[in-house]
Amino acid sequence: MTVALKKVRLALGDRVVLHDVDIAVPTGQVTAVVGPNGAGKSTLLRACAGLLAPERGQIAFAGRPLETLARAELARAVAYLPQERAVHWPLSARAVVALGRLPHDDADPEVIAQALGAMDIERLADRPVSQLSGGERARVLVARALAQEAPLLVADEPTAGLDPAHALALFTLFQRLATEGRTIVVALHDLSLAARFAHHVVLLADQRIAAHGPPADVLTPRNLEPAFGVTMLCTNVNGLPIVAPVSTLP
Amino acid sequence: MSPHAQPYVTPCLAVLVLLLALASLAVGPAGLSFSSADQAWLILTEIRLPRTLLGLLIGAALGLSGAALQGYLRNPLAEPGIIGISGGAALGAVLAIHTGLAASLVFGLPLGGLVGAAGAMAVVLWLAGERGGPITLILSGVAVASLTTALIALVLTLSQNPFAAVEIVYWLMGSLSDRSMTHVWLAAPPILAGLAVLARLGRDLDALTLGEEVAANLGTSLARLRLLVVAGTALAVGAATAVSGTIGFVGLIVPHILRPLVGHVPSRLLPASALGGAALVLAADLALRIVSPAGGIRLGVLTALIGTPFFVWLVVSTRRELAP
Repeated sequence: MTVALKKVRLALGDRVVLHDVDIAVPTGQVTAVVGPNGAGKSTLLRACAGLLAPERGQIAFAGRPLETLARAELARAVAYLPQERAVHWPLSARAVVALGRLPHDDADPEVIAQALGAMDIERLADRPVSQLSGGERARVLVARALAQEAPLLVADEPTAGLDPAHALALFTLFQRLATEGRTIVVALHDLSLAARFAHHVVLLADQRIAAHGPPADVLTPRNLEPAFGVTMLCTNVNGLPIVAPVSTLP
Repeated sequence: MSPHAQPYVTPCLAVLVLLLALASLAVGPAGLSFSSADQAWLILTEIRLPRTLLGLLIGAALGLSGAALQGYLRNPLAEPGIIGISGGAALGAVLAIHTGLAASLVFGLPLGGLVGAAGAMAVVLWLAGERGGPITLILSGVAVASLTTALIALVLTLSQNPFAAVEIVYWLMGSLSDRSMTHVWLAAPPILAGLAVLARLGRDLDALTLGEEVAANLGTSLARLRLLVVAGTALAVGAATAVSGTIGFVGLIVPHILRPLVGHVPSRLLPASALGGAALVLAADLALRIVSPAGGIRLGVLTALIGTPFFVWLVVSTRRELAP
């Protein structure tokens, strides 16, 4: 499912957080949103999840404007995974994943088991989330979003706190979901992961879109260095792209 | 603590409530065996039945609203008193006693309580604002609660008639004695309406476990949820307080005890807490009738006597959990 933002301006209270956003997130692809802290990544993701009404412009899901979608329709169309990982009660991991089924009004045990399996947490299923490590809890929450089975998945830094193996596994899963027709929008700080797994990259800087397009076009020193204020090493190792910060610009 | 839900918790509580209700009909200072059949019937229907029904309704109202508020505020220390509803109901009832409305009208006292609860609800919602979250609701609730406490104290000191002052103090302690079917007819519709509103919030409270943004993503309207939590509590607890006075701690303790038994799932806690609240109030009232048949100890005093040590234990164990 595509989400299109036309001439969108997003504000939190009186403060404008993103200017002139004009993008269409491509269907069946992984779109990575990158940029320095405070560039507006989380705000853009909230807007893509339909959680933030634009101050100006229009957001449309599969051609339908946000304001014409009922709450329940939106809940089945978009799964949103925030950066915040609070679980307020010590539910079992399985019960947390089952929350993803709320928009469907069925706690389909097969879907829940699949989501647990996809995140490699079957053996943790009956443990209270309060007893899990940060990374394990992060995987439980990703599984919750997967159980929602929405055609659009919006994930805000899902790899933060994951070990390299699980971060790679998560992006491999995202790629597979994309080939199955799902649309993935993901904010992240690991530019090498973005370069390797994303089909499309949106670079944010200073509350605007600085560049967007295929990773090879966007993740270049010419785009990244002014945005992040560091010199960047963009290279290939064994055919895999590596993008690494080197030193802060004077 | 194990997250595993015990599937038989709710049925067990239902049986317990049934047994306690039967016991509540069977036990009282006037023995049924020494009376004639007519007298026994009169005692049963005019004295014990309203008391039992009120115990059921009020206990369910306190337990369920406590569970709903703890779920909404995501805080195990929340209880109906914290959002100012009980305070508003108490103030309304106290004003009804003070102005003489309670003496001139059979249902003047509960009516005053209901109006007070509705007023407190309106002020709390207005103060909390249209977009406020749980924190603004707690802050405005605490503000309204302290204001009502101050106003009740003011009414007491202004009271010219010492009998009215004593009546107010006694009423504030909370009791189920000397209530008639008129009280039941008056309190039952708003309590049942409030219970119906709160009992349907399970899905949204479950969604809120993962925070407000995820709840919104799962299809919950946060503004509607807050309105329903406050309105349901105002109806149920407002009407309960209006007929029984303030019965504290039930709404705090019951959900807290039952939460681990239902796997900490907010939606499963709702029916269990309604039954648990009914069981606790019936049991406490029953204990009072056996221990102090003359009515020396008031129900609200007893629940607070049980509740305070529990509250202390709660604070201590929370402190232990939070300690590094």
